[in-house]
Amino acid sequence: MTVVLRVVEPGLFTTVQDLGRPQAISSGVPPGGAMDRFAHRAANLLVGNAEVDATLECTLTGPHLVAEHSCLVAITGADFEARVNGQVAPTWTGIFLGQGDRLTFGARRSGGRAYIAVAGGVEADRWLGSVSTNLMAARGGLHGRNLKAGDRISAAREASRPVVSGHHLPVRLRPNYANHTLFAIAGPHLKRLDPDGRTLLFGGAFKVSREADRMGYRLDGPKLATSGDELLSFGLTAGAVQVPHGGQPILLMADHQTAGGYAVVATVVSASMPVAAQLVPGDELRFAETTLERARHMRASLAVALDTLRNPSR
Amino acid sequence: MRIHPLGDTALLAELGAKLDTALNTRAIALATALQKRRDVRQAVAGYAAVTVHFDPDQTTHDALGAAIKRLAVKRPPMAEPGRLHRIPVVYEGQDLEEVAARLKLTPQRVAELHSKPIYRVFLVGFVPGWAYLGPLPEELELPRRHVPRTLVPAGAVAIAGRQTGIYPLPTPGGWHLIGRTSVKLFLPDRDPPCLFRAGDRVKFFAATT
Repeated sequence: MTVVLRVVEPGLFTTVQDLGRPQAISSGVPPGGAMDRFAHRAANLLVGNAEVDATLECTLTGPHLVAEHSCLVAITGADFEARVNGQVAPTWTGIFLGQGDRLTFGARRSGGRAYIAVAGGVEADRWLGSVSTNLMAARGGLHGRNLKAGDRISAAREASRPVVSGHHLPVRLRPNYANHTLFAIAGPHLKRLDPDGRTLLFGGAFKVSREADRMGYRLDGPKLATSGDELLSFGLTAGAVQVPHGGQPILLMADHQTAGGYAVVATVVSASMPVAAQLVPGDELRFAETTLERARHMRASLAVALDTLRNPSR
Repeated sequence: MRIHPLGDTALLAELGAKLDTALNTRAIALATALQKRRDVRQAVAGYAAVTVHFDPDQTTHDALGAAIKRLAVKRPPMAEPGRLHRIPVVYEGQDLEEVAARLKLTPQRVAELHSKPIYRVFLVGFVPGWAYLGPLPEELELPRRHVPRTLVPAGAVAIAGRQTGIYPLPTPGGWHLIGRTSVKLFLPDRDPPCLFRAGDRVKFFAATT
């Protein structure tokens, strides 16, 4: 397919991601996929793609890209000061790049992961039903690795319908990334924390440590003491808050280990995972206990926001 | 059975809390039955539990939980014997001498005891291709190493507690390394990409190279 973008500088860690490969969990392969599914989906919808199409996930810094062919792109998620030919470019908006136009990024203003969608979707290697990059297996994405200078990015197909620039997702419809409260449901092993531990979990302030990547975040802050016999290993999910023996909790993210035997004391709800995905080392966060009913409302309001992009005829 | 939410898009159905072949057989049968449902994205059997990832637009925690309880009281279908894998092991692991000394056995006896049973694949997971095998003979039971290694080579055959396993990829690990195998556990270009499946059987035999 047509090469649309050339990578001049790859940025710190830029990978191809889609919605992941959940069916591979049974083989011990992490589900993967975009950390911030809301930003990924919104970027796709802003350029007329399907939500499952592949985007570029840019971590902490953005890449420097040159349009080899004119194309429609959208940048969502973290704010890394996007520019087109040196001029500040609107984010959460479909923007047109002419041949030779340069998309660059400046300083990180907020968040940790920005998403770049291209009309037609990013062409990448498919592995076990997904093009998400898996570094451990060196599969998916661009040859199973993160982007490097000189890579060429093609659209997976011609844009399927006429697409126009200027679609935009207003601030009020985006997740509130600035509020680092992660809503969570009590986990199966919450009772393994003593009452003090439970108070600290849903009330104490934690900080994302330097050990934070797509697998998960180790959290600094209050130590949570667990009691009870060793647990038999069981299947895990993104959003689970695991407490290993040392008492330093780990929030599991998209490339999490598929099974483990540590206590799961809470699980962050799906509507809070975009906020979690935008946290960077040093960021403070809190867990707030919520109910399945509240989680359903939060999920519905994000779905409504995406629906406005699906039917942008207003 | 106890059913716990794992957030708003998954749940954990606990069948028990014992390392037990019958419980594991029920967990695998339940996961297989759940996998056929349209509202289930993925059902993963653990030792004695099933983790179910579901589509929250098609079902709720309570509705799916009730369906799981109904499924679980049915007699599970006669479990077919899992495929049998014969795995050659060179019993020259880095920890073999130390393991033998702590268990007051000879290294040769450790190898004999380890290669005697037909193990069950209780669970595939943790890292790509890793399988939890067991039960390990009681004579070989040791707690995990105090300080995990930062890197265990692929193919290392290891033991811990009542379990044994093979490291499919170079990863950190806290188990005792007693041997190595040349058999590849993680097969990225196959689907599914791993040699073992939950419910399979594994027999080790001593090899010289």
